[in-house]
Amino acid sequence: MSVPVIEIADVSKRFVIRKEKSLKERIVNFGRSNLHKDDFWALKDVNVTIGSGSTVGLIGPNGSGKSTLLKLIGGIIQPNSGSVRLRGRLAALLELGAGFHPDLTGRENVYLNASILGISRAQTNRYFDAIVDFSGIEPFIDTQVKFYSSGMYVRLAFSVAVHVDPDILLVDEVLAVGDEPFQRKCMDRIRGFQHEGRTIVLVTHALDQVADLCDRALVLEHGHVVADGEPQHALRVLRADFESARQNEIERAQARSSTAPAPAARIAWATVGGETSGEQTVSVRSFDPLRVRVHIEPEQPLKDWVLGIGVQTAMGTTVFGTNTQLLGIDTPPLEEPATFEFVLRDLNLGEGLYTIRADLVGGDGHEIHRLPEAASLQVHGDGRSQGSIAANSSFARA
Amino acid sequence: MTTEGLSRAERLAAEPLRPAGPRSGFFTGTWRSMTDLSSHRELLDLLVRRELKARYKDSVLGFFWSLAKPLAMLLVYYVAIGKFLGAEQTPGRPTGIPGFAIFIFTGLTAWQLFSDIVVGSTGSIVANSGLVKKVYVPREVYPLSVVGAALFNFAIQMVILLGATVLMGDFPTGRRWAYFVLAFAVLVVWSTAVGLLLAAVNVYLRDVQYLIEILIMIFMWASPILYAWKFVEGTVRGFWLDLYLANPMTLVVLGFQRALWVAGSGELFPGNLAQLLLIALAVSVLALWVCQRVFARLQSNFAQEL
Repeated sequence: MSVPVIEIADVSKRFVIRKEKSLKERIVNFGRSNLHKDDFWALKDVNVTIGSGSTVGLIGPNGSGKSTLLKLIGGIIQPNSGSVRLRGRLAALLELGAGFHPDLTGRENVYLNASILGISRAQTNRYFDAIVDFSGIEPFIDTQVKFYSSGMYVRLAFSVAVHVDPDILLVDEVLAVGDEPFQRKCMDRIRGFQHEGRTIVLVTHALDQVADLCDRALVLEHGHVVADGEPQHALRVLRADFESARQNEIERAQARSSTAPAPAARIAWATVGGETSGEQTVSVRSFDPLRVRVHIEPEQPLKDWVLGIGVQTAMGTTVFGTNTQLLGIDTPPLEEPATFEFVLRDLNLGEGLYTIRADLVGGDGHEIHRLPEAASLQVHGDGRSQGSIAANSSFARA
Repeated sequence: MTTEGLSRAERLAAEPLRPAGPRSGFFTGTWRSMTDLSSHRELLDLLVRRELKARYKDSVLGFFWSLAKPLAMLLVYYVAIGKFLGAEQTPGRPTGIPGFAIFIFTGLTAWQLFSDIVVGSTGSIVANSGLVKKVYVPREVYPLSVVGAALFNFAIQMVILLGATVLMGDFPTGRRWAYFVLAFAVLVVWSTAVGLLLAAVNVYLRDVQYLIEILIMIFMWASPILYAWKFVEGTVRGFWLDLYLANPMTLVVLGFQRALWVAGSGELFPGNLAQLLLIALAVSVLALWVCQRVFARLQSNFAQEL
């Protein structure tokens, strides 16, 4: 078991939103000041322990308390109850170039920003060339920062940030800035940090980054931790939440406009490999053909429609997808419930867990209904490959 | 895990857990605040430089502008009060103030430092809100960086003032400087205390930064800067005189004048000025401590109030 470096115990944080700020408003509204207060719990009873050397992703919808938790760890705000305790040096990259002053030159800003991040001047002197080199903006280092392009600005800021020497690194949405080669450098640097056993806590909306970098993920929702564990697991929880939120939104939109037509049809179920129920996980081998059956129940006669299916990894990346339009099929008008079958031959999936999605789209391109995780599929490979696709591979001197 | 990772984990295991952010205890937190600040000396230094460099960065005359204001004030007051209202001592007016230009500039220099520190500090947390919200460093560094920059301006004004005394042939020497050291200490400690407190309050009540500019203007007349102490003593008595002398800035200005205004050596000063300054210093140090603790208490919510 690794050493706990961050201990968050029973932490709650309440935000009070006062609607007035000036003296006049406060005096005028003195007796009614409670009417002008609004408060909500940004975090409620959060308990998390993070061990050294782990990389933890904090994910969740906007306003779920991710950044608040990060700021609590960073000591930028204080909890209303509970405690946050740390071991080791901490550096927070909550905003790139937070301390940059537009009127100072790049060089001056490097020293200032480094100092804000807790790097001593002697260390900055030592790293200075490396920082400038990493940023790749050497010709402009003595130019005032206000003349920088936004790309140059973040590159310089990131370069300073990655030269800090923390035990705990807090990152908020600032990984991978700049153009692609620079992004690659950033990610390499982060992997280097992991290799050196530093603890990284990152808040991001780039879910594939979480899958890619983290060995643990926390899903926050309305200030509660709703999932904690393997990134795959956490991502599935989050995606299911997003999906239900999306459905709610669609329903609300429909409820608002009473003139809007009721959904013309729905996909009742979809199965894989002849199983009648979509609940079970179906096991198949890598090179097996796959039969996907989809059952459609029209509420009213359905004239012009397109049915699509997709195979997704547990991370939610679509590895395969097709639909009747792509297959060049003219779908018949539909009045009664009917079942259709897609046969996927030569689908060489790699070992792992996959889900099947099915969607029904009207001829005008509007989605009629969809099942994001209609069925799940466990693919067993031959143990001779990794990744989402399989191939018959061999190795020999050419 | 790599060996580097393992050794890091071992080192961390030996460390105790510490709370994130500042410690809140009113008395116990003092020591920690001080060590926290002293570990950020370099940052403070850089922030002072930033303050100075950024202030007149794109102007042609640069630092000259920080001198322009006190010099303009000197000129205006010298002409308006010294000449027109007749406060300057001339052969025809023996009751006036001797060495009037030096007298006024001495007071103005002291007052300018006080005003720079208090007004600058008050807005400092709000002005640095981007940093306050994103990075944790002891928040005292922002008001303190204003103090540093103000001291730099003060130093330039002092050079001019001393140059002027040389020109007048009245360069202060000897034991007078003890008054200067004492008054200067009171000035810095007292204005820092006020600045820290107002910086924190201003986060919650933004009106403070506008209010303080008016108060600074009013209180300038509550200290003997533009008029001499002898006029005050001749007018108010008893409680009101004590009240007038209870203002640390009055004592500071008197101390400055006692030290640097050589032409006024024969003029009237409160007899126990040295004792009063020592008391003011003790009070200021106490005030600084209290204000810092209040600041530490209020700063935990800075990030969400900005």
